[in-house]
Amino acid sequence: MRIFDPHIHMTSRTTDDYQRMHAAGVRAVVEPSFWLGQPRTNVGSFCDYFDALLGWEPFRASQYGIAHHATIGLNPKEANDARCREVLDVLPRYLAKDRVVAVGELGYDSMTPEEDDVFAVQLGLAAEHGLPALVHTPHRDKLAGTRRTLDVVRESALEPGAVLVDHLNEMTVGVVAESGCWMGFSVYPDTKMDEHRMVEILRRYGLDRMIVNSAADWGNSDPLKTRRVAETMLAAGYTADDVDRVLWRNPVEFYGRSGRLELPETDAPVETEPGELVGARATFLGNSVLRGARE
Amino acid sequence: MSPVTTQDAIAQVASDPTSLERHFPAAARTAAREGLDGDAAREALLMAVPGPAASVIDAVRRVYDHGDAAERRAVLLALPALDAPGRANAIGDAALPIVRDALRTNDTRLVAAALGPYAAAHLDADAWRQAVLKVLFTGIPVERVAGLADRADDELARMVRDYAAEREAAGRVVPPDARTVLDLSLAHRAD
Repeated sequence: MRIFDPHIHMTSRTTDDYQRMHAAGVRAVVEPSFWLGQPRTNVGSFCDYFDALLGWEPFRASQYGIAHHATIGLNPKEANDARCREVLDVLPRYLAKDRVVAVGELGYDSMTPEEDDVFAVQLGLAAEHGLPALVHTPHRDKLAGTRRTLDVVRESALEPGAVLVDHLNEMTVGVVAESGCWMGFSVYPDTKMDEHRMVEILRRYGLDRMIVNSAADWGNSDPLKTRRVAETMLAAGYTADDVDRVLWRNPVEFYGRSGRLELPETDAPVETEPGELVGARATFLGNSVLRGARE
Repeated sequence: MSPVTTQDAIAQVASDPTSLERHFPAAARTAAREGLDGDAAREALLMAVPGPAASVIDAVRRVYDHGDAAERRAVLLALPALDAPGRANAIGDAALPIVRDALRTNDTRLVAAALGPYAAAHLDADAWRQAVLKVLFTGIPVERVAGLADRADDELARMVRDYAAEREAAGRVVPPDARTVLDLSLAHRAD
């Protein structure tokens, strides 16, 4: 079973997680830039963070045989701090990078006028750079926030198929299904979605435009929730091909719009010496291994 | 982003070096579409920067500082060409700060790329020995280090012997590459 986790914050996770993810079948991830818990107060903090998402973290992932990509953007929470506004000026530089597969996470936190501005500007940047957009929906006042999100998307230069609206649940999936946007679900141990409710939603809305992620970060979360959803789907009677569609082909189709995914050969066995990391040999060969070559 | 060919990008950089920062990040994708090597395309872009060495080094610094890991690696790999003998605007040792930056990272792709012929020619002995030791520590194949046979000396041999003793004391295997470096150091002394 091959798994693409389309939303996971690996900078907050340990190497144990990378090992367990690889063992569970995860071969590719997208790490959206987001809020780090501690507010940032200047653009330099963001630059170092974005550089880590395009430098150190993909290297770390490659050691464990996992292809790492990023989405870059100014998140809605910090969009409200005027000191962080300069981030918008450096974004074009980052949106040109090879492994940047979308603009994000965008969207609303408290639905302020500042969040409106920053959201709309970044949807414009996505269109300019030929990138899709990853849009998060707010924790509070979620249905109203989701509707307002869809209104802003409709007014933007992006077509609905270039937008993934994330963190959906039973209350918000319907309006997004009607909009033509992709539907993202974050499966968590005790908030957002769980794997059984997830399978119910798949049963009700079908597999088209459906994206499942662990959104694992520095909070209570589990990087193997993608695998749990796959197992729950199989137990509910879905075929292995259905599972592959939701957990690999759908996210590949969405982020593939960027033209910048670099996916490993998912069926090639990796030979290692005892104690050697599965990706260790790849790391001396530059980026070639992630295009499928191996010495 | 308007699609540009590698040849167009090189011509644009030659006439307007400020366009380098626009072309450099996308250069590997463009090259891949044309069946070309991304690192070679990036080297050609850097080689096209006109003007005196100071302008070239300024361009090298900017794309390195603003680069992702693949861009930084490509810049490091291009340094020997940018410093080729006979080149009117050869950069000399002015790019050593980025070599040092790469050697401080834990990214083995960058460390390996930093230890090419440019470092062999310009890096001071202390920093170069530390870098070779880091190669042994991080498992980078030691044949990636340019000029090893020429620069391996008694002090490096002492450091590698201490490293081997520390591994043995911990009950760990001494990598064969440590023996390779020791042999080269001793052969060097015999010269």
